[in-house]
Amino acid sequence: MPADSAIIRIRGVEKRYVLGGEADVLALRGVDLDVEAGSYLAIMGPSGSGKSTMLNILGCLDRPTAGQYFLGGEDVSRMPDDQLSEARGLKIGFIFQSYNLIAQLTVLENIQVPLLYQGKDVRSHFESCLELAKLVGLGDRLHHRPSQLSGGQQQRVAVARSLVNNPLMILADEPTGNLDSKTGQEVLDLIDRLNQAGKTIVLVTHDDRVASRSHRVIHMKDGLIDREVVNRPLGPRASDSPS
Amino acid sequence: MLTFQFVSTVRLGIKSLMLHKLRSALTMLGIIFGVCSVIAMLAIGEGASYEAQEAIKNLGSNNILLRSLKPPDQARQQGGSSPRGMQLAYGLTYEDGARLQSTIPGVNRVLPMRIIRENVRFDRNEVPCQVIGTLPSYMDVTGAGIVRGRFLAHLDEQHAENVCVITTGLARRLFPHLDPMQHAVKIDTFYYRIIGILQERSQPEQRSQAGAMEGQPLDNNVYIPLSVSRTRFGETLIRRSAGSFEAEEVQLHQITVQMQDLAAVETADPQIRTLLGRFHDQNDYEIIVPLQLLRQAEQTKRIFNIVLGSIAAISLLVGGIGIMNIMLATVTERTREIGIRRALGAKRRDITTQFLVETVVLSVGGGLVGVLVGVLTPLVVSQLTTMKTIVTVWSVLLAFGISGAVGIVFGLYPASAAAKLDPIEALRHE
Repeated sequence: MPADSAIIRIRGVEKRYVLGGEADVLALRGVDLDVEAGSYLAIMGPSGSGKSTMLNILGCLDRPTAGQYFLGGEDVSRMPDDQLSEARGLKIGFIFQSYNLIAQLTVLENIQVPLLYQGKDVRSHFESCLELAKLVGLGDRLHHRPSQLSGGQQQRVAVARSLVNNPLMILADEPTGNLDSKTGQEVLDLIDRLNQAGKTIVLVTHDDRVASRSHRVIHMKDGLIDREVVNRPLGPRASDSPS
Repeated sequence: MLTFQFVSTVRLGIKSLMLHKLRSALTMLGIIFGVCSVIAMLAIGEGASYEAQEAIKNLGSNNILLRSLKPPDQARQQGGSSPRGMQLAYGLTYEDGARLQSTIPGVNRVLPMRIIRENVRFDRNEVPCQVIGTLPSYMDVTGAGIVRGRFLAHLDEQHAENVCVITTGLARRLFPHLDPMQHAVKIDTFYYRIIGILQERSQPEQRSQAGAMEGQPLDNNVYIPLSVSRTRFGETLIRRSAGSFEAEEVQLHQITVQMQDLAAVETADPQIRTLLGRFHDQNDYEIIVPLQLLRQAEQTKRIFNIVLGSIAAISLLVGGIGIMNIMLATVTERTREIGIRRALGAKRRDITTQFLVETVVLSVGGGLVGVLVGVLTPLVVSQLTTMKTIVTVWSVLLAFGISGAVGIVFGLYPASAAAKLDPIEALRHE
């Protein structure tokens, strides 16, 4: 694997939570991880394994106490808050367990939110937003509010929103956790299609069936990567990947 | 596209506020009342002081007024038990007038007046009036205007002609259906021919003296030559009351001294006091300097404005605290949304802007409604009462400006509190 194809490169990342006194918690104990462009990575692990901390750091929501994190070749581990916010908005598309749409905005407006924070003119991106909405099958619900949509539909809006800034990777945190299995499948199929189209996916889950869709699964335990399973090789996609 | 971003932030702010219409409206109410009270109070204050100043200006700022006063100590004390026929002599004299004219530098005119309350009759109409004996220069000193005919002339004075000039108000009351000109009215036992009708600028001097206090219409004045007043009424006035009577000897009831300019008024005031003090044993006169009253009124107005302004400012402050309170609650309530926005790339200042804009929309919206209500309130007040109100442009601008400033000042803390939230914590918030 050539090194420059790694979108995520993590070296010796530690995260220490200072709870006061000597009762500090070391949530990550020096993690190394590379994620190649176009790959589909699943992160698994029991609660308390450092999985959430890992997600926060991968999502640039938090900074590691020690170690380095290169996202798209840029070291984000020491960035000040404003730059980190920008990196989040530009390079990462989030999909949350509880959809996290903004209640007072319509479907279209929710998809447009990340554009706003990059200072982009929403009007000139109207067509691309429309296409995204069509891609997730909500082209006819542009002016509905989240409360008027089903859970699966809301999550599909979230998927569309995560794509609007054309990020380096999609970070999905239990995307099917709140959905029944059928709609969960639909959302996962959608994510598969994105991966097949070349998007890098990092997905956190505790569901083996969800994880089985990925190229590679890492299991975390006690703040370290415990073991790693390769489901299928990253390589020529779409045509010969199992459907 | 900074402007577009700003417009969409404002739109978003309005949208978020519309989610809780009642809450937003109640929050605005504080600002509405604040702005409204600033404008209304300043308008009422402005109106009141304008009236006071107009009244004083009508006295003539170049004038100094001297009035006879019944000395307080002797007069009323003995009232009931005084022996019949006791005669009380007090007040300003013809000599005072002559002395003022000759001694005080800068004097333009000295206008003596005798003011006697009598009923004026024509046919079957009878109206209580002030019969004012004065000189032709009355017109120049007081600035009254002749509506018809002419005012008293020097020949009337010299020949002690039984002629009179009446005010428009009296003309209306005595002659509801007739042309008063050349008719004669009866005062006491004599008849006076009407030679003119006069419009007073206003009668503050009579108002404070007799009219308003005793419920008499203000513009029922009859002007007769001073010499006539002297000969027909005499110096001694007899007032009957409840079986007994009092006799007073008053030569002049009022002397108006018109000075050449404002500077002369300043210097003449103490000189007049000294001069009169030398010839009057008792305190039987008062000196009114409209110029000083005007200055006092301006001073009072300033204090008035400060007091009213600060009361109103306090209500704006309270409104601001109300806004801050609601915004803090809103921030807590929308912690999740803040987390989402942060995850989607919002910087701290984006969050600050969002909440600040919401607060300013609240306060400016309240300000606009407040201006509207605040401009209408004085109108209603003027309609319902006789109070004069003046809405000044600066008070509207001030109130509106303060409401905007209140939004920013009281919005900063909640907005920065929102921006300081940790995105991870905020996302986890339920």
